[in-house]
Amino acid sequence: MRIHLIKAREGGRAGGYVLRRLGALLVTMLAVSFLAFGAFSAISGSAASLRLGTQGTSEQAAALEAEMGLDRPLLARYGSWLLGFFTGDLGTSLSYRQGVGELLAGKAAVTLALSGLSFALIAALSLPLGLLSARLEGGPLDGLHTAFNQFCMAVPPFFTGILLSYVFGIALKLFTPGAFPGLDHPRQAARHLFFAALSIAIPRTAMTVRMLRGVITSELRRDYVRTALSRGQGRGAVLRRHVLRNALPPVVSFLAQTMAEIVAGGIVVEQVFGIPGLGRMLVASIGNRDYPVVQAIVVMLAFWVALAGTAADLVNARIDPRLRFSQAETGGPAA
Amino acid sequence: MKQGMKYGMKNQFLLAGLFLSGIVFAGIALGAVWTPYPPAAMGAGKFLPPSAAHLFGTDQFGRDIFSRVLRGAGTTLSIALAVTAMGALGGVALGAVTGYFGGWADTALMRLGDALTAFPSLLLALTAVSLLGPGSKSSLILSLGLVFIPGFARVSRTAYAAAREANYVKSARLMGVGRGRILLIHILPNTAPALLPALTIGFNNAVLAEASMSYLGIGVSPPEASLGYLLSEAQGMFSLAPWYALGTGFLMVAMVFGVGLIGEGLGKGGAAEC
Amino acid sequence: MLSVRNLHVQFPTRDREAVRGVSFEVEDGEILGLVGESGSGKTVTAMSVAGLLDGCRRSGEIFLDGAALPTGRELRSVQGRDIGVVFQDPLSSMDPLMRVGEQVEEVLRLHTNLKRRERRRRCLEAMAAVELPDPERVYRAWPHELSGGMRQRAMIAAAVIIRPRLLLLDEPTTALDVTVQAQILELLRRLNREEGLTMLFISHDLRLVRKLCNRVAVMKEGEIVEFGDTEAVYRQPRHPYTRRLIDAIPRRREGMRQEDSA
Repeated sequence: MRIHLIKAREGGRAGGYVLRRLGALLVTMLAVSFLAFGAFSAISGSAASLRLGTQGTSEQAAALEAEMGLDRPLLARYGSWLLGFFTGDLGTSLSYRQGVGELLAGKAAVTLALSGLSFALIAALSLPLGLLSARLEGGPLDGLHTAFNQFCMAVPPFFTGILLSYVFGIALKLFTPGAFPGLDHPRQAARHLFFAALSIAIPRTAMTVRMLRGVITSELRRDYVRTALSRGQGRGAVLRRHVLRNALPPVVSFLAQTMAEIVAGGIVVEQVFGIPGLGRMLVASIGNRDYPVVQAIVVMLAFWVALAGTAADLVNARIDPRLRFSQAETGGPAA
Repeated sequence: MKQGMKYGMKNQFLLAGLFLSGIVFAGIALGAVWTPYPPAAMGAGKFLPPSAAHLFGTDQFGRDIFSRVLRGAGTTLSIALAVTAMGALGGVALGAVTGYFGGWADTALMRLGDALTAFPSLLLALTAVSLLGPGSKSSLILSLGLVFIPGFARVSRTAYAAAREANYVKSARLMGVGRGRILLIHILPNTAPALLPALTIGFNNAVLAEASMSYLGIGVSPPEASLGYLLSEAQGMFSLAPWYALGTGFLMVAMVFGVGLIGEGLGKGGAAEC
Repeated sequence: MLSVRNLHVQFPTRDREAVRGVSFEVEDGEILGLVGESGSGKTVTAMSVAGLLDGCRRSGEIFLDGAALPTGRELRSVQGRDIGVVFQDPLSSMDPLMRVGEQVEEVLRLHTNLKRRERRRRCLEAMAAVELPDPERVYRAWPHELSGGMRQRAMIAAAVIIRPRLLLLDEPTTALDVTVQAQILELLRRLNREEGLTMLFISHDLRLVRKLCNRVAVMKEGEIVEFGDTEAVYRQPRHPYTRRLIDAIPRRREGMRQEDSA
């Protein structure tokens, strides 16, 4: 009886999971973009009258709203905006009088590079440090190390950024703060981005280390560890072969959530290092009440985060077979 | 024995955190009524390095940086407290009702909360500020407060959902205790183990979020300088007066670190639930 | 074959010793039962034989075929190779993220130089020997896809694949349904009879011990209070504690035997 179950599961449904997950991603993206669009539409009207000032007549206001396309029903406007979003037509910036698409194209690439680099740093640093941290648990250095960890979480990225940009930028001249060379000069750009990414990565790495330590120490207490030891496997091999793999799924999920915080950190750190990315543009556009730009950036960053989340789920489904089947009899893993 | 050591260490974190936070917050509270120099007074020389007379030195107008930072920390602290209070009150209320009563409202709200907490919090806050109108203190507090609600709602929902089936709640129900009373008097104190660490994390996030927004120039406006604004000003003159940025950053880190240690001391330890 | 002499174990958190001077021998080819309620020290005894206790004080001697159980790195060459262990809960004892076949043949990977292909062949053989239906498929299955009984069969296959000198069974049927329990007992009995596998069977259930074991040791509070042929002990217990254990068994029909429904 069970045998048939195995057969059925191995065959059809693993691919189904991917489809389901991609479907969920689509729904999330639709919901997020509609929320953002709705919210910004609600204030765009008042923005229109704001631009006219107190002298504007209601006819003028209506004319302007028509020009901005505000006289059509919300859903219709959303539909055409969304269509535009995916074809690269994001409307016109109010303050730059330029297409939002061309305004943001280069900046999106810079932000993508910055968050990718930050993510890589966090992932690369936290795995060895997390192992070390799990090793220290209960030992004489445990308290010191935990306190240091809390300290790292307490230092905000923009403060680290100010220090790093002074020490490595102005004093050691490894890069020029405020003068981003552009992605056409990959060497210099990478050096510039590296320190920005580092200031984002420090507090996030501390958090990841903390969670990794928790997962590893709890996995080490699981029964399968005892089984592996009873077969004559060494502790190091048990850790590498069994424990790390089992510790991975919650860490991957955590790293995906971290992508949201990387994006948030990027908004500030771009300002600190003078990196012309989406974050700086966002801040400037909020100041200018340039809603088409703000809206486009918000939706882009949200999509980016949602994509990271979906990628994490798909990676986890590859690692953990139980996740591929929502109705697995054992229930979900302890994530 | 290991367990015992752990508890001992937890208490040390708690004590160290209370000690550090005690000093910092007492200083900030004092700064609200008295500072070594009036924060706006431009009496002394420009860019004086730290000394006994000026702990953090002076700025480009000869103002005492320590006094300015102390006052600025007060602004940051008051905003962070207001934001935490708003997030916690809203979140706990929402979490209590959805967690205790369950049902479709629970499912719907939690889905929404999941979606929102997956967002970068700063992005949400910036969006909200942009919608409410940037530059005013009240819209800053309102935006950040709204952003913090889902996190608290999630924590307290879990605690309330667990409490619903607990024996002390069942017996209270059988004795005919009213719903409101059960939620507030019976369950709320029992959610403290989950809620207190969440409060410390929430407060720290609020401090950092406020500082980030002010640093970006979207927070409170200049006459009322908060730590973030001071840091953005200090960055511009780092080579002339590094003590400006260092002093400001130091106070901010001390504030967050102290509360973080308290949270570490209160927390369950083990797997971090950030 | 296995000889335990004057074993003492103390955990750092407790004042009293968990095992207080236990001595016994397991004869070649027999199944020795070790019974007692939880906390009697039976599992601690078994775990010291398997070399799986750390962080506690241990004294006394353990001999396997006349040679003292080594310590440190040397111990690892005995674990799995000479002593196979089957634990109580087969689900949690398996790595959820590793295919069943890979886990069953792991001992071969650790203790032999066999090539992957040969390991696989031996693994399928062992699975067939423990009456797992369709070994090829089980080999590729994930632990959560098997039923409890199948998982425990796989764990037994994993422990006996290399033909260890001693098979330690720590409550191997406690987590299973009654009917599956009977099948697993039947399997163990057959492995003992046909392969001559020596076993130390730990249980809190005297009924199971009576069905399976030639001899039995009864443990209470870290000491062996009674030792002898199972039938003799069962019919004429000398220690009042054994008497109570026997009285605690509900008097009903013997468990029905059913064919494997898997």
